[in-house]
Amino acid sequence: MKVLVAVKRVVDYNVRIRVKADGSGVETADVKFSANPFDEIAVEEAVRLKEAGKATEVIAVSIGPAQAQDTLRAALGIGADRAILVRTDAEIQPLAVAKILKAVAERESPDLILLGKQAIDDDSSQVGPMLAALLNRPQGTFASKLTIEDGAAVVVREVDGGLETLSLPLPAVVTTDLRLNEPRFISLPNMMKAKKKPMETLTPADLGVDPSPRLTTLKVEEPAKRKAGIKVASVAELLDKLKTEAGVIR
Amino acid sequence: MSVLVVAELHGGHIAPATLHAVTAATQLGGEVHLLLAGHNVDPAPAAAIPAVAKVLVADGEAHAHALAEPLTALLLPLAPHYSHVLAAATAFGKNLMPRLAALLDVQAISEITAVIAADTFVRPIYAGNALATVRSSDTLKVLTVRATAFAAAAAEGGSAMIETIAPADAGPARFVGQSLTQSARPELTSARIVVAGGRGLGGAEPFQMLESLADKLGAAIGASRAAVDAGFVPNDLQVGQTGKIVAPELYIAVGISGAIQHVAGMKDSKVIVAINKDEEAPIFQVADYGLVADLFEALPELIKAL
Ligand SMILES: Cc1cc2nc3c(=O)[nH]c(=O)nc-3n(C[C@H](O)[C@H](O)[C@H](O)COP(=O)(O)OP(=O)(O)OC[C@H]3O[C@@H](n4cnc5c(N)ncnc54)[C@H](O)[C@@H]3O)c2cc1C
Ligand SMILES: Nc1ncnc2c1ncn2[C@@H]1O[C@H](COP(=O)(O)O)[C@@H](O)[C@H]1O
Repeated sequence: MKVLVAVKRVVDYNVRIRVKADGSGVETADVKFSANPFDEIAVEEAVRLKEAGKATEVIAVSIGPAQAQDTLRAALGIGADRAILVRTDAEIQPLAVAKILKAVAERESPDLILLGKQAIDDDSSQVGPMLAALLNRPQGTFASKLTIEDGAAVVVREVDGGLETLSLPLPAVVTTDLRLNEPRFISLPNMMKAKKKPMETLTPADLGVDPSPRLTTLKVEEPAKRKAGIKVASVAELLDKLKTEAGVIR
Repeated sequence: MSVLVVAELHGGHIAPATLHAVTAATQLGGEVHLLLAGHNVDPAPAAAIPAVAKVLVADGEAHAHALAEPLTALLLPLAPHYSHVLAAATAFGKNLMPRLAALLDVQAISEITAVIAADTFVRPIYAGNALATVRSSDTLKVLTVRATAFAAAAAEGGSAMIETIAPADAGPARFVGQSLTQSARPELTSARIVVAGGRGLGGAEPFQMLESLADKLGAAIGASRAAVDAGFVPNDLQVGQTGKIVAPELYIAVGISGAIQHVAGMKDSKVIVAINKDEEAPIFQVADYGLVADLFEALPELIKAL
């Protein structure tokens, strides 16, 4: 079973985001980037499937600038076998990402495609279902457990009311939620090994995809700040404030 | 042109989030139609929503568990008759709408918090640390709506027309089962008061103190990711960037540090209370009332005083 994993390079989740003064976007110069946390979980899951003898090959793919190579190296360090960078400096919106991934999937014919449930920069949560649709494959989004049995992916999904289990005939598309696994720490020897693993570079044009954006960002603003609050000295004072000042409890 | 809202059904009932999506739909111009796809559905409550002009009912086995594949097949021929197709940005909406959008060759717009014009919307990015105003160049718009940003539409008093349409065939995915959290408490995303616990509670047992507090206040219970990951509470209680978005009148955060990913899910609450023993905890930066205290002392005192 071949597994394809999509990994996005995003501003690290610990970075305090600053909106640019001209309202054109957020500051990305001199900030730390890393793999989208959900995608790390996806790579970890794919590698575990390989270690369990279920998967034969794990291919990591990223769409982005040259620096996305670092993100792919990290995926190789976790244990992916090879990587594909679809190189572009342009803004690529989720529909275009899905089209590019579809083209890659058509070249590689994976039995399973793993993606994150959401990229923590655009917070779109779109690519997984879009890719499944374009490939006409069943989807299992927000997975907190994945097992491969008898040619099917059995996916436990985190839904609003609790958990739901689906069985998807392979090939299928699965997106990861936080509880699926805890990605391993990449050891130095594995990082060294990753440097020698193959990395192919393509462009959207090589894949025959027009990645032009459909959404124009007119402006990016900071959200309204909350008014500074106060510290109360005791439970009694807290209750008093909630009753008389805020009027939220009786 | 009209606007189509895809209703989300929970145990046959229209989910509260759908009523918020209906309100967003009314801001787009045109009649609002509501698609009700399920198994053995009762269209009467949907037809009673005054803002809805027409209810489309697709009743069939294939729609019993709201699987994305048959729902997409159902929606695909309907969508081109509308200017916008929308659903709430819940697990249901996030699972369905991008699948539909891709087949329509439309760039979906996720989790809008405001309608500026029929083609222009505001949506949070970077865990709500920035708000982007985006304009779509697609003819048809596919949107998900952040429920907390739009008021709930009235649920009674209307008399919409009801039209039955053929359900879709079953897709390739098979529903195996579900384990839904049973609770007599108000639903987390629509509760007036939410009491939320974090890693500071230290275990599933101390969470029972939060239950007592919630009982006294008629509140829903929420949690941080750390509390869910540690197994103190089930996943459906997670509030945050990648969990549920809540905006109650009162949010009481207990033993929660206030990481940006958590704050993203609750910072639009009207009044925020934080109880934390670390006076430097970032949660105090968003709290209206902060109490620096050991929760194991403060909580019992608070419960007793109510
Ligand atoms: C991709 C990604 C997505 C994420 N999504 C979410 C999300 O949706 N929601 C979310 O919540 N988090 C999310 N997180 C995790 C987030 O970054 C934090 O790790 C998490 O919110 C921390 O939870 P916490 O505040 O309970 O724990 P901690 O940060 O460990 O804080 C515990 C707090 O309890 C206090 N405390 C301890 N003992 C006591 C006591 N006896 N009395 C009073 N106070 C006490 C401490 O002072 C501390 O402030 C996400 C992270 C990533 C990387
Ligand atoms: N530029 C990209 N390169 C590779 N994978 C991506 C890219 N953008 C999104 N993805 C994948 O799609 C998932 C969901 O992204 P989004 O729909 O943008 O929230 C991510 O977790 C990734 O797995």
